[in-house]
Amino acid sequence: MTALGDLMREPSPSGRFGEYGGRFVPESLVPACQELERAFRLAWADPSFRGELDHLLRTYGGRPTPVTECHRLSEELGLRILLKREDLNHTGSHKLNNVIGQALLARRMGKSRLVAETGAGQHGVATATAAALFGMECTVYMGAVDVARQELNVFRMNLLGATVRPVESGSKTLKDAINETLRDWVATVETTHYCLGSVMGPHPYPFLVRELQRVVGEEARSQCRQVLGDADPDIVVACVGGGSNAAGTFAGFVDSGARLVGVEAAGGAAMGHGIPGVVHGMRSKFLQDEEGQILEAESISAGLDYPGIGPEHAQLGDAGRAEYGQASDEEVLAAFRLLARTEGILPALEPCHGLAWIVREAGRSIPRGSAVLLTMSGRGDKDVALVLEHSR
Amino acid sequence: MTERPPGRLEAVLRARRDNGQKLLVPYLMGGLGEEWPAVLEAVAAAGADAVEVGIAFSDPMIDGQTIQEASVRALAGGATPERVVASLASADVGGTPLVVMTYYNIIARAGEHRMAQSLAESGVSGAIVPDLPADEIDSWQAEAFAAGLDTVLLAAPTTPDARLKMIAGKASGFLYAVGVMGVTGERTKLAESALEIARRCKEASDLPVLVGVGVTTPEQAVTICRVADGVVVGSALVRRLLDGEGPDGAAELVGSFRKVLDAAFSTA
Ligand SMILES: Cc1ncc(COP(=O)(O)O)c(C=O)c1O
Repeated sequence: MTALGDLMREPSPSGRFGEYGGRFVPESLVPACQELERAFRLAWADPSFRGELDHLLRTYGGRPTPVTECHRLSEELGLRILLKREDLNHTGSHKLNNVIGQALLARRMGKSRLVAETGAGQHGVATATAAALFGMECTVYMGAVDVARQELNVFRMNLLGATVRPVESGSKTLKDAINETLRDWVATVETTHYCLGSVMGPHPYPFLVRELQRVVGEEARSQCRQVLGDADPDIVVACVGGGSNAAGTFAGFVDSGARLVGVEAAGGAAMGHGIPGVVHGMRSKFLQDEEGQILEAESISAGLDYPGIGPEHAQLGDAGRAEYGQASDEEVLAAFRLLARTEGILPALEPCHGLAWIVREAGRSIPRGSAVLLTMSGRGDKDVALVLEHSR
Repeated sequence: MTERPPGRLEAVLRARRDNGQKLLVPYLMGGLGEEWPAVLEAVAAAGADAVEVGIAFSDPMIDGQTIQEASVRALAGGATPERVVASLASADVGGTPLVVMTYYNIIARAGEHRMAQSLAESGVSGAIVPDLPADEIDSWQAEAFAAGLDTVLLAAPTTPDARLKMIAGKASGFLYAVGVMGVTGERTKLAESALEIARRCKEASDLPVLVGVGVTTPEQAVTICRVADGVVVGSALVRRLLDGEGPDGAAELVGSFRKVLDAAFSTA
């Protein structure tokens, strides 16, 4: 087992986080993954790349995002709640951090086209945005079910010049969109970069995306210290689909004393009910049946509708450094209303999972008076219509 | 690397190849239609040198629409790894080697040891696991070897030479040269890349080299076999089965490949 001090650093040469991770892709894609790993390591060690990324995140993306102390919500819950405001990023979620980095990398590798999968549409919108910014072609694969429930994001991607391809196979959600994006990439790998949206997939993606999201946790650590009088929060919470906003957040706190909690959708809880397996290029935990067929996740929030989880979370969970809770659709809708009413923030449904968990655990596993940081991974504009539907 | 005598799949294919015959390996989906075991027997009798049998997976990432559709139908029809393998044990294929093709999660879920043993006990002589590249093959391969199974590895047009050598060193049974960058499926035109990767594989290895992915017509097979030792014919056969053709239709297609290949290379 990995020593706690070694967590969230370099994966092994084969891309392992403990027993998870790896590079389980058809041979056609292995050289592309190797090329990407080489390019990323060089770029990440190159001050001019880091400088350009930083500049873009500031002047285009709106970083640093603030940490907001929620006074009225805190009073209601008997806790001290801080939000890391990734919802204030350009395009409305943390996804932009990853995408700007990958688009820069793609350009450096001489690729002229981006492909991406999307669930809620946030990663698709972010990718389409980066493609527009860099003058690249862009195709986004999105499950047909998600196309229907996130109509506005489809239109946004179209406005940004991207082609959105509805995916009719399997459960018609995120997992199938990933399959279809991989199929595109196999055929187009010479000109195309697969801009993967979370800390998942074959090595180096889980590592690369975590590094690109690390900025969330690092900023939050020092911002929390200012608010909390040089102390770290007692608990750090983030929602988990594939796990990128959580991984970025945790990376900033893994060596602190904070309790780290990832919150999954009850209907897509790979940490809660998953079994180790190998899908989408990685060994991790997946909802699957006796035979190894992958099960369909089911959640009100398209962004968490994924039957797996990034491999590093599986490691963090097994090592006991992070724990993984769940929230139901009803709890999530209640949390959405609570935050809107008490703080004037309309959150995306994904981070409402984190909030719902906090609400449930306040005074139970979270002692009254605790300082709790929640990563507000995205804003709720995309979900307002859905919430309206559920109010009827 | 193969510190063991070749398995039966490799032995049979090598012997025929060395005898001047071109190798024909059709692919069909286990559990696709109730009469699929009859299709398997008919295909074996129609001149296949080995038959590749797919065990359906919910997320077949390297497969195009035809094999995706076949997977969906097989799963809907109740195909499980256990049932498919049991049918293989009772099929009368007249000694034709059987190669199972499935995704790694199916093996991981069953357990590598258990899967290797059960395949071997059912008379299967090799496995193709497309999402298990050479770098990740070791633990499976140890179990496969212990059970007497060959593990076919893929080589792609993008595989660099040094890596191709490494793959050739680890592969057994045959070397599967992926003819095009892309998913499985029929192609009306033969890709340049098919001949190029076949040539590179032949240079890198003494194993039988078979080209698969995109091989659709007997004429394409002939062109490929001027360089390669044989072909894998997948989607072209599976599409017929999806269209409702049974053992006779399948045998007819495989027979036509056999006839054209034999005619083209009889004096070669
Ligand atoms: C706002 C928001 N948060 C979270 C997620 C889940 O992704 P991850 O777990 O990678 O952070 C999404 C995915 O679409 C999202 O849009």
